[in-house]
Amino acid sequence: MNIFPDEVIEQIFGYVTSQRDRNALSLVCKNWHKLERCSRKSVLIGNCYSISPERVIERFPELKSLTLKGKPHFADFNLVPHGWGGFVYPWIEALAKTKVDLEKLKLKRMVVTDEGLELLARSFMNFKSLVLLSCEGFTTTGLAAIAANCRFLRELDLQENEVDDHKGQWLSCFPDCCTSLVSLNFACLKGEINLGALERLVARSPNLKSLRLNHTVPLSALQRILMQAPQLVDLGIGSFIHDPHSEVYTRLKNTIIKCKSMTSLSGFFEVLPGCLRAIYPVCMNLTALNLSYAAGIHCRELIKLIRRCGKLQRLWIMDCIGDYGLGVVASTCKDLQELRVFPSVLIGLNGPAGVSEKGLVAISMGCTKLHSLLYFCQQMTNAALITVAKNCPNCIRFRLCILDPTKPDPDTLQPLDEGFGAIVQSCKQLRRLSLSGQLTDRVFLYIGVYAEQLEMLSIAFAGQSDKGMMYVLNGCKKLRKLEIRDSPFGDPALLTDMGKYETMRSLWMSSCDVTIGACKALAEKMRRLNVEIFNENEKVDCSVDGGQKVQKMYLYRTLAGRRNDAPEHVWIL
Amino acid sequence: MINFEETELRLGLPGGSASDHGELTLKGSGGKRVFSETASVDLKLNLSSNNDSASVSTTTEKSKEKTTTVEPTARANDPAKPPAKAQVVGWPPVRSFRKNIVNVQRSNNEEGEKSGGGVAFVKVSMDGAPYLRKVDIKLYKSYQELSDALAKMFSSFTIGKCGSQGMKDFMNETKLIDLLNGSDYVPTYEDKDGDWMLVGDVPWEMFVESCKRLRIMKGSEAIGLAPRAVEKCKNRS
Repeated sequence: MNIFPDEVIEQIFGYVTSQRDRNALSLVCKNWHKLERCSRKSVLIGNCYSISPERVIERFPELKSLTLKGKPHFADFNLVPHGWGGFVYPWIEALAKTKVDLEKLKLKRMVVTDEGLELLARSFMNFKSLVLLSCEGFTTTGLAAIAANCRFLRELDLQENEVDDHKGQWLSCFPDCCTSLVSLNFACLKGEINLGALERLVARSPNLKSLRLNHTVPLSALQRILMQAPQLVDLGIGSFIHDPHSEVYTRLKNTIIKCKSMTSLSGFFEVLPGCLRAIYPVCMNLTALNLSYAAGIHCRELIKLIRRCGKLQRLWIMDCIGDYGLGVVASTCKDLQELRVFPSVLIGLNGPAGVSEKGLVAISMGCTKLHSLLYFCQQMTNAALITVAKNCPNCIRFRLCILDPTKPDPDTLQPLDEGFGAIVQSCKQLRRLSLSGQLTDRVFLYIGVYAEQLEMLSIAFAGQSDKGMMYVLNGCKKLRKLEIRDSPFGDPALLTDMGKYETMRSLWMSSCDVTIGACKALAEKMRRLNVEIFNENEKVDCSVDGGQKVQKMYLYRTLAGRRNDAPEHVWIL
Repeated sequence: MINFEETELRLGLPGGSASDHGELTLKGSGGKRVFSETASVDLKLNLSSNNDSASVSTTTEKSKEKTTTVEPTARANDPAKPPAKAQVVGWPPVRSFRKNIVNVQRSNNEEGEKSGGGVAFVKVSMDGAPYLRKVDIKLYKSYQELSDALAKMFSSFTIGKCGSQGMKDFMNETKLIDLLNGSDYVPTYEDKDGDWMLVGDVPWEMFVESCKRLRIMKGSEAIGLAPRAVEKCKNRS
């Protein structure tokens, strides 16, 4: 099979970057396997417990960039007990012991400690990029270690993490010789930072393209920062409070006009009406706009703003925009590809009642390029879903969340089976789907038959019988992640095709009808699955009879065997 | 083998009876299902009063039946029960980080939005007219009514249509371009933030809350207030 010398093959492999493609290459023959693994730079481990760090390092010695994901998705919604797991320290420790020249580490839903960050900072001379998404367990002390020791740091990106803020001087820990920053995002930090240190850091970072501030950075500081960094492409505004008639505000407006490269805006944690005019000059260039934290912006202002944003491709917004506002989006943002509408009811806003199916239909008619949707709404109808399905056949991600999770079609009082059925039938490239509303087993039949590319499915308060789950397991050949809560699926569904779980990353079932006995049977039979059972912070009583229903079950395929870092209330069968 | 009749996807509007094959027992009410005990909740989300089916009660049946139905209790909000902010754990599925964002300013905003009393007098000027008028916009219920009243007031000039179709015109670029091309006059207004806008660009209620002043100007002059897309079209033509 060796027509070309190894060097040539390696060269060709260099052009193949997708992990799936590289996995395929490695299966062709032993030589290709060896060449591929020795040249792979970037590895994604979708479940940190699926394999040991040692095995990863052994296989990919030239690793430069590692992405790890820890807790199951439903941990985002407080369904996973505290202390469950997802600790990154063993990985950092294992990497530090070897010759791996780690440059980038990206973690999602993992527990990160200051010790881990300190070890990371000290161990890898060429470390360039740290991205933490929805992680917890560390403090600003750990960040200080990164700032102080990573001499070539390009990226420090903290998104929605729970960080203990010691209000220290972590920003001041970036040495004067650090001039390599390209991206700095500390929007999720709660404490104040040294503004002077920040301004000096920005001033000596000519390559800085992305800067996201937290809510403690006032407008006046923002203005000074933008003066130093007119080349910014992505800006996250902290506080946007100021008197629109003040001099600071006028200066800010004049400074923003100079930011000709700016295409992405986010933040606005504090904002007053009338202040948004300052950003009007950059609106026409914006391709990404995230106003989903900005509870202070009135619908009327949102509409005025959006009317100026003709090039938007990604929009994250709160539902106070209303159906009419979404109509404005539809008629203005013809290039829109991704839309997320978040519920304002969470933060106790009593305004006009959110969005409904009307807004979504308007979007589907106006934004023909839409491929990713997350939509929290008051209600949805089958007719609307059928229309959306016809208008957006290229949809890849479709996540609907009706605030009342079992609400039927308000016009017909029917379940939403037909509507979602239309979605899966029409959107042939659909990879991710979240269901909502009153749903019977029928919708799962449709999903099993039509959703051929589906990789992730989220189910809540849906279905009537085991058949629902069985349709999905039987039909969706590419399914990787299945998460189910509060649905009447039990042992027959769980055990119907045990081998299927080895083709998937994980299965989550909570508040369903699965029993301990069935979980034990599954764990017994399938040695390459870890089956975990847990209840909320109570120690699971291992002596109960097998017929008792399980509160929460999480199972995943693994080559690493049982993990030994689980807390008392997590029972690994 | 799957019975393919079952997979027949009826893409028409639902409403006909669901096919009652033996396998899918769709009971009349749409088939409520069993919740395990831990999930028994009274979902009375504290949404706006327009939401008429916010209350869904579920009973706790630890039944072993696979397809049982639980008759939904009365949909109407039970006035006897306090409007509980019933919390299903983890619903709606939003990250804690997002939930914890507190906006102090919001309450201030809401105070500012409340208009004083039942009248809203605004000055109305018309380009070329020698006099100013004042109207109480709260007297009218729609853009059409306002437009008619303005036409009567400044009867010697022709005012472009901003009637009930006015808002829809806004979404329709070609109609808007016609409006701004013609020699008709179009009404514009200054809102609370000091921005000048074309009348009809927001829902009526929002307009009433935010309008401070009206100005009727020539269509061709109002082009600067039009949404950018329309502006681009006009410049091209």
